[in-house]
Amino acid sequence: MYLGKVIGTVVCERKYEGLEGKRFLVVQPLDHKGEKSGPPEVAVDTVSASPGTLVYLVSSREAALALDPTFVPVDSAIVGIVDSVDT
Amino acid sequence: MNLCKVLGTVTATAKHPAFAGRKLMVVQPLDDAMKPAGRSFLAIDHSSDAGAGDVVLVMREGNGVRQVLKDKSLPIRSLIVGVVDAVER
Repeated sequence: MYLGKVIGTVVCERKYEGLEGKRFLVVQPLDHKGEKSGPPEVAVDTVSASPGTLVYLVSSREAALALDPTFVPVDSAIVGIVDSVDT
Repeated sequence: MNLCKVLGTVTATAKHPAFAGRKLMVVQPLDDAMKPAGRSFLAIDHSSDAGAGDVVLVMREGNGVRQVLKDKSLPIRSLIVGVVDAVER
């Protein structure tokens, strides 16, 4: 799980079954200092995040478990909107 | 599993229900000199009551997390499973 900033939205009309109605956002992964850690990725949104928002994500199989149905081809999901990071 | 240093906490109001009531910490892996190195990431603190500055043992595998937290559908991938007192080599 890691921090990221939403930097865009993805429109994708034709998609695999189970992904209907899911929102895809472009997210820049960040470290605890707010610096980029790796290239941007596309994540499914479960918390109604919007561009500019600091969020946290979960990757891999756990990303699909954040969705309903859970057996979907997804490997990154936004699971929280960050209020603050106290380091 | 990784040795990590706890850097702080993350607070979030809007979140997936699986994260409700859970403590989310920012941790950073340690190198062979026990200095923070590499990308920081987030881990759930279930029962260890770790705080900023602590060296902890972090498991980064979802099935292990679901086993520890006794929930087969948790979308959680990293969990603090111990607070380290000493590492001897």
